[in-house]
Amino acid sequence: MLLIPCPNCGERDEREFSYGGRAIKYPDLNALASIQAWHEVLHLRDNSTEVIRESWYHHSGCECWIEITRNLMTHEFES
Amino acid sequence: MKYSGFSLLKNAFSGHRKWPNIVANSELKSSYDIVIVGAGGHGLATAHYLAKKHGVNNVLVIDSGWIGGGNTGRNTTIVRSDYLLSASFELKNFALQLWKSLSQELNFNLMYSPRGYVDLAHSDGELEHFLLRANAMRLGGADAEILSPEEIAAMIPGINLSDDTRYPVSGALYQADGGVVRHDAVAWGFARSASSAGIDIVQNCPVSGFSIENNKITGVTTAQGKVACGKVLVSTAGASSHLAGMAGFALPIEMINVQAFVSEPVKPVLDTVVNYNAGLSYLSQTDKGELVMGGSTDGYASFAKRGSFARIEDTLARAIQMFPFISNLRLMRHWSGTADIPMDGNAIVGHTPVENLFFNCGWGYAGFKATPAVGWAMAELLTTDLMPELLRPFSLQRFETGALIDDVGIGPYPWLH
Repeated sequence: MLLIPCPNCGERDEREFSYGGRAIKYPDLNALASIQAWHEVLHLRDNSTEVIRESWYHHSGCECWIEITRNLMTHEFES
Repeated sequence: MKYSGFSLLKNAFSGHRKWPNIVANSELKSSYDIVIVGAGGHGLATAHYLAKKHGVNNVLVIDSGWIGGGNTGRNTTIVRSDYLLSASFELKNFALQLWKSLSQELNFNLMYSPRGYVDLAHSDGELEHFLLRANAMRLGGADAEILSPEEIAAMIPGINLSDDTRYPVSGALYQADGGVVRHDAVAWGFARSASSAGIDIVQNCPVSGFSIENNKITGVTTAQGKVACGKVLVSTAGASSHLAGMAGFALPIEMINVQAFVSEPVKPVLDTVVNYNAGLSYLSQTDKGELVMGGSTDGYASFAKRGSFARIEDTLARAIQMFPFISNLRLMRHWSGTADIPMDGNAIVGHTPVENLFFNCGWGYAGFKATPAVGWAMAELLTTDLMPELLRPFSLQRFETGALIDDVGIGPYPWLH
């Protein structure tokens, strides 16, 4: 069970959230990015690091998207 | 040694203490034609078909753990081919044909039990979709039926079909050939066959790197030293991204935890496999009497191999919706594994950016049922270097070209597949 540290509401049960995946920096929509750039952002995932930055939507709380850092091996949150 | 009634009788006289090991103890040689990294069902099936169908046995199967110790030994043993998209259907339906005679072919009892797979629908819309899927399956040569609630009641005594539940059952898709196969026996049976054909199987020996010259693979570095080789197949499920990283490229895969559990054993109550679709909860009963249950993924990236209680709770809640008596049972065991789920939820099989390095990954939590078909086709790819029709749609390139195989139609969100 994850206790997700929401910056607005404090530690809350994972069931109050829905997962948004990795915190992705999309290519600039106004600049014409290459297909390759979009492919890398949308599809490719570097699974060599254990600590990732990810987004969660707190639907049963502040109704905000939040970004947190989590260790995929230990499920510990880092600030 | 051939297993038979006679060999059973013969070994009874020595108190069953003199059975030979099913896998010979192999020493690592300095070079092989083909190295298969990962001694799970898929890797060992590939080795079996390399030897039996193509006569290639200068092959090494190497694993950081023991044979069948990864996702092969962690799934809920269900086999079926009720897929709508033809790429997914063809491969899994071919596998279903192979399962039928595999025990005889391997001379090893895989306990394939075609007890029928019942996929419950909870609305008219869902039932209509199942009808579409059933028609597609029948056009592809598989059997499929739509069951009314009355027919479900006759087939599965004890199932709760009352209208008072949150998601009443409106019908089901039924595949009579679907069922269960003993997953450990699959790994052992393929391993025994490959080993008896002269293929080396080396366990507890992790691979720590690849030798790549001019973008062509020439060898593998292992805990017991370097091995030169012509071709490498990586068939390592949850460790796939890690091995791709060693070879210098990234995969369109996210690693997500999936859980399964068994109840205490009870008298026979269920002789089919049932899947609840309002959310996900699938269950069957083992020959020992335990109910084996699984649900969807934990829903977020993880390498932890330990599950979230939230998922256990909702999977069991759905199981109890189907069979209220389950609320009286205790869970006996519970485990989880790392599922390698690609951005469109479908497997990635075949060539990689590195020449002579092949990957078979991305099966997520749906790879067990495809095991013999993948081994069959991978063996053909490794010997001929030509992509078999069956695997062609599952190329790594499809993510760049946009030819995705999105069975569920939800886009690049692996935790939702």
